[in-house]
Amino acid sequence: MTGERDASAPVLRVRGMTKRFAGVTALDAVDLDVLPGEVHALVGENGAGKSTLVKLLTGVYRPSAGEMYLDGRPIAFPTPAAAQIAGVVAVHQEIHLLPHRTVAENLFIGREPRRLGLIDGRRMHADTMALLSGLRVDLDPSAIAGELRTAQQQLVSIARGVSMGARVLVLDEPTSALAGHEVALLFDLLGALTAKGTAVMYISHRLDELYAICRRVTVLRDGRLVATTPLAGLDRLDLICLMLGKSRAALEKDARKAGGPSPAASAEPMLRVRQLSRGQRLVDVSTEVRPGEVVGLAGLLGSGRTETARAIAGIDPATSGTMTLNGAPFTPRSPGDAIAAGVAFLPEDRKAEGIIADLSVRENLTMAVLPSLTRFGFVNRARQDRLVAEYARRLGIKMTSGDQRIGELSGGNQQKVLLARWLCTRPDLLILDEPTKGIDVGARGAIQTLVHELAVAGLGVLLISSELEELTAACSRVVVLRDGRSVAEIAGEALSDDAIVQAMAAVPVPTDS
Amino acid sequence: MAAASTRVVDPSRAANLAARLWRYSGSSGGAVVALIALVVLNALFTPNFASSGTCWNILLQVSIVVPVAIGMTLVIATGGIDLSVGSVMAVAAAVAATQLHRGVIVACGAGVLAALAIGLLNGLLIARERLQPIVVTLATLIAGRGFAQLLSHGGQLIPINDTAFQWLGRGRIGAVPVPLVLALTAVVVAAVALRRTPFGHRVQAVGGNVAAARLAGVPVQRTLLMSYALCGLLAGIAGLVEAARLAASDAATIGLHIELDAIAATVVGGTALNGGRATVAGTVVGALVMQVIATSFNMLLIPYSWSLVLKAAIILVAVFLQRPGRV
Repeated sequence: MTGERDASAPVLRVRGMTKRFAGVTALDAVDLDVLPGEVHALVGENGAGKSTLVKLLTGVYRPSAGEMYLDGRPIAFPTPAAAQIAGVVAVHQEIHLLPHRTVAENLFIGREPRRLGLIDGRRMHADTMALLSGLRVDLDPSAIAGELRTAQQQLVSIARGVSMGARVLVLDEPTSALAGHEVALLFDLLGALTAKGTAVMYISHRLDELYAICRRVTVLRDGRLVATTPLAGLDRLDLICLMLGKSRAALEKDARKAGGPSPAASAEPMLRVRQLSRGQRLVDVSTEVRPGEVVGLAGLLGSGRTETARAIAGIDPATSGTMTLNGAPFTPRSPGDAIAAGVAFLPEDRKAEGIIADLSVRENLTMAVLPSLTRFGFVNRARQDRLVAEYARRLGIKMTSGDQRIGELSGGNQQKVLLARWLCTRPDLLILDEPTKGIDVGARGAIQTLVHELAVAGLGVLLISSELEELTAACSRVVVLRDGRSVAEIAGEALSDDAIVQAMAAVPVPTDS
Repeated sequence: MAAASTRVVDPSRAANLAARLWRYSGSSGGAVVALIALVVLNALFTPNFASSGTCWNILLQVSIVVPVAIGMTLVIATGGIDLSVGSVMAVAAAVAATQLHRGVIVACGAGVLAALAIGLLNGLLIARERLQPIVVTLATLIAGRGFAQLLSHGGQLIPINDTAFQWLGRGRIGAVPVPLVLALTAVVVAAVALRRTPFGHRVQAVGGNVAAARLAGVPVQRTLLMSYALCGLLAGIAGLVEAARLAASDAATIGLHIELDAIAATVVGGTALNGGRATVAGTVVGALVMQVIATSFNMLLIPYSWSLVLKAAIILVAVFLQRPGRV
């Protein structure tokens, strides 16, 4: 992918980079070399110091100690703008585009080509075409940014960074919102970029992607540099061991624990879903969940997984179809209905739909059970605190106290608080939408173990995941969705990554009526 | 473990308590400092400021705006705003004044119910129809003032001679003026409600992240509806008190521009203008800051206009201190 000739002179050299916040060292003397034309992976658990490092590199924070050299010259970035001008550009998880403006306007915002003092729209259009085609991106410059798909918006963000003359492009979880085929588009673009000598720092939790496009990887743990090493020849398990600071033997033992619990086959289903539909995206989904069973929902983005979950949870109620819960008809019209009936739903977008960042861990954790903690109209603080203490212990939530703002916790700990929010409603059915998305490996393992234990304890679990390994490890049965329909059900011995992919990819056959 | 060590003074527990105190006063800390500074400076430099008469005067004046500001605090905590409070005051006063021939109880009841009705209307349009709070309450601001003037036959001043009604604004319970008793009651009820009842927790959840609140089973519509209804109710009570104090219902001026004072008190007190965080105590401090400025400038014979400039500066400083993203 890259020419070896340039490889000796790093475009960006970082030495002894250190950042302290009020006495807490978030990043401790980290060295990093980024070579021209390489895709350099940056990995580590949450709290390892990845985002701190990125913010130091892109001028958001100023270092407490350490130096940076761009093309061999010492440099410091007092502001993000200074970093951008120098050529270190970050494209963040959240995409920052003006939703009502066109692609071209977004690309050239603040530096529009002018003619006689006015914006030269024609040249802006032409420049945009040239820029996008140079990056092998197929987009209409006059398309409205807000109407593009997430993946396309991301390509625009990256193109903007490139057009500003980025020498080093920092991508923070760029694929977290992308479907499989969209990831391919992104990788094409990165290929075009690195061929021109641009360096890419690539931060992702998805190991597949790292191995697909990254040449070297830098591993951070607890704010310290663990290793920088070529990815080729590095075993996946070894990489995870570096991130976790665990021995390989212990990790293999952990892995063997996995596998879906198998409930008594004779058990009556607690949830029965028949021909659920709502609009274009949820057309015809049927499934059932027995007590003690983890059922997976697999499918590409837009296949109707989340829509199915949201219909069962009463958020976007189905317009037709029937459901029964514990033998009784179940037609939730609101989240409150579903919660009252014993259904809990952990949404995919933790920040937008899960946490209430300004409120404390205590308020967030007890949000769904307030009525039951209320006596004579007052919320019982002691009972709130007991719940918080109980779940903090059970789930290993790391926090200073129940008073801490949940926004200050790491992603993994936020997710544990949200899980606790639902577990204290004592649900019969737990719906998890991408429960391990964007959280560190340690918390991920803890959550997967917890799901297993909950099922063994008799809960029904409906698990949505884009990660096939997660589904095959956790589920006893996987329902595959395609275009809003449930098209296959794979269970027992037949359950494998391969079988799921084949069901996702199968050509639809007309159903006989 | 805890039971065994209860008698021992634990330094970490003391530190924890201090941290919690700072956390609670954190967002209104600036307002508290400003109030203390203003009071100390005035006590030193303003003749006659440090007298019980001035204190009572300030407390009495502030007891009209405090209930209104508390309602505003609730609404702002949900992420909304209520511009109509001044007009609601005028409607409540006009309704009470025109119904006074039926007796004080009926008149007050009708006035408060009218105010509640406007609050409910605001709430319905905002919660159920999802209209923007600023537009809905701007409409009720305009319509309410017009309605109050219609009730008073084209905006005439309606004198109120009923001494029982006047007691609301001029009476005392013991040594304490009735308006102050009402304001204090509102403060205590609202503070407890906000911190200790499910409603209070939900108000801040809805303001903090409405999507997350909905998914957590919070009845978002009902919470919004109740917030606007309570805001209307509190404004109505303030309207009755003001009319009783003036011994007249003046539809054209009662509550005029009070929404601005209420918003200012809320913001200066440390309630986040974009919702999710509310402090009733802070709002009271904010209202006091504004009133001390007005009163002391008056006593120092500095033109009223200068007090407006200082108030504006304080509002800007308050918003400045609240701005997010400080590292």
